[in-house]
Amino acid sequence: MTATLETAPAPAGPVRAKPPRTGRARTLSAWAWGAVGILLIVAIWEVYKFFGPADGVVIGGARILPRTTDLAMPHVWDMIGRLLEPVTRAEGSPPLWASIALAALTTLGIAAVGWLVGVVVGVGLALVMQRWRLVEWGLLPWIILSQTVPLIAFAPIVKSWGSRIEIGGVQWQDWMSVALIASYLAFFPIAVGALRGLQSPDRIHTELMHTYAAGYWPTLLRLRFPASVPFLLPALRLGAANAVIGAVVAEVSTGLQGGIGRLLIQFAGQASGDPAKAWGPIFGAIALGLVAAGSVAMLGLLLKDYRRGEAT
Amino acid sequence: MGAAQAHQSTDATTGPDSVVVRGVGKRFATKTGDVSALEGIDLTVAAGEFVSLIGPSGCGKSTLLRLIADLDSPTSGTVEVFGKPAARARRDQDYGIAFQQAGLLPWRTVAANIALPLELHGAGAAERKARVAELAELVGLTDFADRHPDQLSGGMQQRVAIARAMAERPRLLLMDEPFGALDEMTRERMQAELARLAAETGAAVVFVTHSIPEAVFLSDRIVVMSPRPGRITDVIETGFGKDAARDESLREAPSFFDRVTAVREALHGTPVPTTGREQR
Repeated sequence: MTATLETAPAPAGPVRAKPPRTGRARTLSAWAWGAVGILLIVAIWEVYKFFGPADGVVIGGARILPRTTDLAMPHVWDMIGRLLEPVTRAEGSPPLWASIALAALTTLGIAAVGWLVGVVVGVGLALVMQRWRLVEWGLLPWIILSQTVPLIAFAPIVKSWGSRIEIGGVQWQDWMSVALIASYLAFFPIAVGALRGLQSPDRIHTELMHTYAAGYWPTLLRLRFPASVPFLLPALRLGAANAVIGAVVAEVSTGLQGGIGRLLIQFAGQASGDPAKAWGPIFGAIALGLVAAGSVAMLGLLLKDYRRGEAT
Repeated sequence: MGAAQAHQSTDATTGPDSVVVRGVGKRFATKTGDVSALEGIDLTVAAGEFVSLIGPSGCGKSTLLRLIADLDSPTSGTVEVFGKPAARARRDQDYGIAFQQAGLLPWRTVAANIALPLELHGAGAAERKARVAELAELVGLTDFADRHPDQLSGGMQQRVAIARAMAERPRLLLMDEPFGALDEMTRERMQAELARLAAETGAAVVFVTHSIPEAVFLSDRIVVMSPRPGRITDVIETGFGKDAARDESLREAPSFFDRVTAVREALHGTPVPTTGREQR
């Protein structure tokens, strides 16, 4: 064995030991920087509110910075304080944050349904496009074109069509129209991302599967789907964000009650008397987007073995 | 093909020839017209025989290997593997294959990578586990079975690829420059290991390389090819015999240098004056 050791100094171990990954420190600093970013925005807001002219900065008749009155820019602490107060002065009115949270959850549920439909449709389209090149050529331009149609334009149409649908005694609900519109925005990035992912395996891998006489389905299951994960995850996250935006906008344009979109409009209407209140649903909508994107990020943690190719 | 015939008679007991290539030509269509990659190739690989294909870039040695593996089909002529058309042999999983890149699936552990062909062909979990352990042992990676490819060196990745190629006990191994991306020291160690594995399993090997010492060290027979169009120009028997130990002493034996010189002369088409600058 000594002879082999002399002639073969390359040890049978990992060549480069990776530097110890300081996972927790990295997470901590990520959160810290996030907090710094928020504080910075708060600081800019308050500093400008304090020093800026009351009528805003106007250059050549165009207002390029907003008015600094309490009506246009309430103090940050006023906005937060308002969240803790009741929605209205009426007896037994819940605190503002609770009513916003309830509305946000309602919208989140609708967006989640839309997202799921978007995943099914998007991945389905990607599968047929990957399988048949001709379908890709024929379909992809239409998929891209579909996103140029303004959402507001067809939201009422979807609602009015939906109201005439009744399947097996199940009446089409208004929230279904909203979910459908959300899915319309969600499916696009998912279809594009999934297609790229399914097409991503190297030739060496597809040829290897060919030498194993593996047909379409085994190849899909063992090669194409796992290989598509690094492309699919960002697409799913983008799809989730799109689904939330789609749901909020669709709530507004179809006038659906109960969701955050409705609250946005309703409270904005009361802004002249209660300016801080209008900001509540905006924060709610932001939190909603973060929760949606964060949920998909959790999905990424579960699939971390499939992301080994990614540069981290 | 006299050499092949001789082998046929000696190996008559071990079954039919592994590979029979008859009058094969391959043309590729390009923008500037057809390019002839291979022309008039005849080659027989006996059962258990180790045959290297050597030649300069563009001589079609990889193409020939791909034809045997049914990754491409010949424009003319026939390719038979164990007496069956190449396509049939591929579907029957009669060969294992390894490429220059290890081509491991990055999301699978070493064990799961080796198990891939077994999994695809419906081997039971218990059987799979036993076979994977056996193969990991064979290529000396038992301690690394749970690692992922990105945690392995290039040589170790290539050993996983070889274990994967041998997973279903094929009687034929096809290898396309499997050690081409490795450093010289790792490469020599891998050559010795491959020689041992091939001898232990009794599998025939078709091995593409452009390293002369590598071909001489490993092979029973070396097929020398030349480009434009790809043809077989010479076939050289190393004559070390099946029982010769493939180890460091062989690399320093006079007969080894003789063969290296013979292959080099065959590659250059003329006798090369010996300058004493022999490479190993």
